[in-house]
Amino acid sequence: MAVQKNTPAIKNLPKHLLGIQNLSIQEAKKILEEAKSFIKLNRSASKKLDVLHGKTQINLFFEPSTRTQSSFDLAGKRLGADVMTMNMSNSALKKGETLIDTAMTLNAMHPDIIVIRHQDSGAPNLLSQKVNCTVINAGDGRREHPTQALLDALTIINRKGKIEGLKIAICGDILHSRVARSNIYLMNMLGAEVNVIAPKTLMPRSIERLGVKSFTDMKKGLDGCDIVMMLRLQNERMQGSFLPSKREYYEFYGLTPEKLKFANKDALIMHPGPMNRGVEIDTKLADDINVSLVKEQVELGVAVRMACLKLYCK
Amino acid sequence: MKEKILINARIIDPSQKMDEKGSIIIDENGKIKSIGKDVKKSNSSASAEIIDLKNNILIPGIVDMKAFVGEPGYEYKENFRTLSQAALAGGVTSIVTMPNTKPIIDNVSMVDFIIRRGRDKASVNLYPCATLTREIEGKQMTEFGLLSAKGIIGFTDVVKTVQNTETMARIMDYASDINVLIMQHVEDYELSKNGCINDGEVSTRLGLEGISYIAEKVIIERDLSLLNEFPCRYHINQISSKESLDVIKRNKENGMKFSVGVSINNLSLNENDIGDFKTFLKLSPPLRLEDDRLALVQGIKSGLIDVIVSDHTPEDEEGKRLPFAQAATGAIGIETLLPLALEMHHNESLPLVKIIETLTINPAKILRINKGSLKKGSDADICIFDLDAPWVVKANMLKSKSKNTAVEDRKLQGKVLMTFLKGDLVFKST
Repeated sequence: MAVQKNTPAIKNLPKHLLGIQNLSIQEAKKILEEAKSFIKLNRSASKKLDVLHGKTQINLFFEPSTRTQSSFDLAGKRLGADVMTMNMSNSALKKGETLIDTAMTLNAMHPDIIVIRHQDSGAPNLLSQKVNCTVINAGDGRREHPTQALLDALTIINRKGKIEGLKIAICGDILHSRVARSNIYLMNMLGAEVNVIAPKTLMPRSIERLGVKSFTDMKKGLDGCDIVMMLRLQNERMQGSFLPSKREYYEFYGLTPEKLKFANKDALIMHPGPMNRGVEIDTKLADDINVSLVKEQVELGVAVRMACLKLYCK
Repeated sequence: MKEKILINARIIDPSQKMDEKGSIIIDENGKIKSIGKDVKKSNSSASAEIIDLKNNILIPGIVDMKAFVGEPGYEYKENFRTLSQAALAGGVTSIVTMPNTKPIIDNVSMVDFIIRRGRDKASVNLYPCATLTREIEGKQMTEFGLLSAKGIIGFTDVVKTVQNTETMARIMDYASDINVLIMQHVEDYELSKNGCINDGEVSTRLGLEGISYIAEKVIIERDLSLLNEFPCRYHINQISSKESLDVIKRNKENGMKFSVGVSINNLSLNENDIGDFKTFLKLSPPLRLEDDRLALVQGIKSGLIDVIVSDHTPEDEEGKRLPFAQAATGAIGIETLLPLALEMHHNESLPLVKIIETLTINPAKILRINKGSLKKGSDADICIFDLDAPWVVKANMLKSKSKNTAVEDRKLQGKVLMTFLKGDLVFKST
């Protein structure tokens, strides 16, 4: 895919950020470009801007989250917005209030932006049809997690200078992963080649139709890769019938220094967190600042979210 | 009732292998007096009412083997009156109603209620089903003998499948002795757990849990193995995949006797129509690939599939305005059943006579009812339609109490003009 160096200016982003699937390449690049400017700011002593002064941002989290929630929280505050975070995992929904009812209630308070995390795929789409303000998807079911993919892209660009022409492996529980899906769309769009690697029981049906090559063997899948993205393997998957045991999973799919050798010499490791050390990744490898981008991902996450809030909040 | 003669009709009655221009005389008792190309105006009595059908098509009233009427318990979704209106506007004169009401129809006193209520409020022929197992729990069979004697036409757990193989074996064994009709929904729960659409590219993209075709196939394989041991009247409510057809083909070729249905939805739509989380297209069994849809159409052509049903499932807006995984399953469809089926004639994938057969005489034969035919002496349940009239589906124009159509804005060709029930004109298009 040809990528122009100078992104043509686009006047307006779509109203909502529901997923990478709904984004054009120009829009994605515009967000990344904007985010770059915030990296420096976030490292400086005074981090506060007033571009969102007077705006109201509601973080609506139906699923527990630490890093995404705090990242959006900080991002909004650094831009000067009034930020309210609502932890819905133990709230009105349990009393039988539907998502639509909650949305209508919040809508009446005139927010400018709602950031939503929900366990059901498509919940942000439904919300966006019912409220007047902008909706940003902070992860829905196993469908999309667009800001995670954008921060991953920014992290790669920051280190490698580009994404075009790179080969990226995404390994682990692809089936249940929204991070994997959003990254597949974004990395493909930005001109990378994407391999997905997982045991067959954790590989979604027809995944090749999303424009990736799929592998069950780490050796083959990592061959020639510049970036190795590991996914979190949730413990509850272990108890089901997806896998025989943690031990067997680590043996075949856990990222160890030995397996990393299958990839390119200068390959870098990423992980959306939180990590299961010793399950999907060797603990020393995860902390090795020469190969692991994990901390940088978290850092740049704030910049990307600031960019999204600024660009989408009108 | 005055005698009636309907003239200038193209009569299609697959039960008599009839497709000819002719007339039909309905006697004072609402029965067919004579039918066919040889019937002339002079055959009718001088006082007979003459209705000119202007070369439109006349078929037996449609027999829909699967529809949900909200009574009792879900009157806010549909009731006998609204279901009747929707049915008659779609040329449907006989309906097999589902027993998953509240309370559930699994005992004799409920049957008395439902038959009485239907007689008072409905204006179509109703054939109520009872559940296959008590409380639809898949454990204990209902009183097949007593319920049949009260007028139950068949036994089904509707959208639930008896999972326990031993229970299913006993049901079939017992049913084979007293000759009752078992109508099975085919779905293995372990394989379909949490699933809400077809397991494939669309489920991967939308991030929804999928239901593999295997969930359907293994239950069909199991039930047909059991049927081989306990030959009873066994009907598969709805199939959705090509792979199920392969199993059905193999067994029918081996001489097994059973019947198979398909929903009009699975013949008219595929998984791509779900688009951006359209919950009105969340159906059970789910919409599958275009290849599956084409295979199902071929299945009708080759006779592997016997009947097309509307799978009319009214759901209110509240149940559908939810994230996809939480949304209610099902779509209304009794009013659009015939026009959607006619698409397969217009796009030349099925002969018109075959379509009519699957909507009239085939279900009547499976149910062993004296419907779906216009033979002399039958009740004059008749549907008259314009094969080519174009129209666009608009939910708010449909007569069902619930508006959850899966084919909103679809451009259809073919419109019901008149419906007669036992000789009475009960619906006329305006």
